[in-house]
Amino acid sequence: MLKYFPLGDTAFLIKIGNDISTETHIKVQNFTKLLEEKKLKGIIEVTPAYNEILISYNPGVLNYKELIGELKKLEKEEITQNKEPKRTLYIPVCYEAEYALDMEIVASENNISINEVVKIHTSGEYLVYMLGFTPGFCYLGGMDQKIATPRKETPRALIESGSVGIAGKQTGIYPIDSPGGWQIIGKTPLELFNPESEPYFFIEPGNYLKFYEISKSEFETIKKQVEQNSFVIKTEIRDE
Amino acid sequence: MNKIKIKKPGLLSTIQDAGRWGFQKYGMPVSGAMDLYSLEIANQLVGNNLNEACIEATIDGPTIEFLNDGLIAICGADMQATLDGNDIEMYKTIRVNKGSNLSFKGLKTGLRTYIAFSGGINVPMVMGSKSTYLRGKIGGFQGRKLQKEDEIEIGTFNKNLDLNKVPKNKIPVYKEYFTARIIPGPEAGHFTVKELADFLNSEYTLTEQCDRMGYRLTGTKIGHRSADMISSGIAFGTIQVPSHGEPIIMMADRQTIGGYTRIGNIVSEDLPYIAQLKPGDKISFKEVKLNDIY
Repeated sequence: MLKYFPLGDTAFLIKIGNDISTETHIKVQNFTKLLEEKKLKGIIEVTPAYNEILISYNPGVLNYKELIGELKKLEKEEITQNKEPKRTLYIPVCYEAEYALDMEIVASENNISINEVVKIHTSGEYLVYMLGFTPGFCYLGGMDQKIATPRKETPRALIESGSVGIAGKQTGIYPIDSPGGWQIIGKTPLELFNPESEPYFFIEPGNYLKFYEISKSEFETIKKQVEQNSFVIKTEIRDE
Repeated sequence: MNKIKIKKPGLLSTIQDAGRWGFQKYGMPVSGAMDLYSLEIANQLVGNNLNEACIEATIDGPTIEFLNDGLIAICGADMQATLDGNDIEMYKTIRVNKGSNLSFKGLKTGLRTYIAFSGGINVPMVMGSKSTYLRGKIGGFQGRKLQKEDEIEIGTFNKNLDLNKVPKNKIPVYKEYFTARIIPGPEAGHFTVKELADFLNSEYTLTEQCDRMGYRLTGTKIGHRSADMISSGIAFGTIQVPSHGEPIIMMADRQTIGGYTRIGNIVSEDLPYIAQLKPGDKISFKEVKLNDIY
């Protein structure tokens, strides 16, 4: 049973589950796709999160009660099975000292070598639960706790876009220049957010990310290709 | 090509339309006018689409030179508008001539004023909107607030337009306090009856930490079992209560995802009044049911 909560008079939430888990995530994704396909009139936008979906709507077209009525019909559809093939995007990351400002902290905090940090970080496969916080920021699940490191006590005033960091049990990429307290272990030459041309974002909720190590010269090469729109992100699609 | 020239930018003047919808699932804030009522009514007066972009001026209005004849309208905060030194009325279609200057003597009531130009503002659409999102440095005029010497292209004005005036009963009156109607939020159940009563029976003051993203309030601290929840969606006017207990109202440039308990949400009709409050002003909340406001 899904639960519905108004968030004012022009938005409401559909609560799909009570936890952060792949099971709840699959249901959220399936119900989101269903809503995007059905294009119910009055719905302006569908925003999935970990365990809820935010619906922004125009009450002048359909009011809350009427929309809930429409949504209840959709509840009969099967949403627990993962219908989509698994899509893994390969993200190049340069872990060299110039970009890995806090690599030594992460290594010493966990009593491992820098090479081991890189090995662990690149061996994981990370589920994109949702995007939010800033344009293109991915909330990733699945980091090995052997490299978990607390945030910096004093955040940096500026972290460059593309920086890859660790905050507690999470890893993530800064999509735009912003202040932040994450421990920075590398940088990707990819642009997670490009407002100039479509697609504005290449990572979708539900994708998996895998990081792979590149050298500084490879970083420069890929960066040029990204600027010229000629870099192709390696993508693996397979049925589960 | 019709243009306007910014001779003095004012404190924070940005180009805003009804918002950048459709990309919240990628973390893209909606942005857009803080006071959507003033935006729409100003556009209506000059014959524009109601969602067209206007200049949103904050606290201190800009000085603008018109490089062509045109029609404008000013709605929202009263900043005492003048055209070539003569006082002009708000909420009315105003003719402007090539070479004339619009300026403002100073803020009297409200906080944000909207200047609509007949024919609209010709800045590029970025992801479907002309709104400026300052933190992301995108949209509007070069992704930033207006600066001295900026020349902005505007559309051709509608010569056949009847000059219009908004009836007095449709003109909002801004005071230094406002009682906002709220609909209880999804985490209202995280609070006890007493904690909710504390929230609804108290008067809060807007702190200096109020901007297009959100308003931090100070006043009675609201206790609750746990401030944190699984991060999830928030809307325009969502009131969050972090662990320190003082509420935050999410506004136009709000991030798409929040992690604090959502105690309630201000109804959309009241948000334009919230947009006109300034630091030091007072706000209190009154609970309503969703059915009562349709």
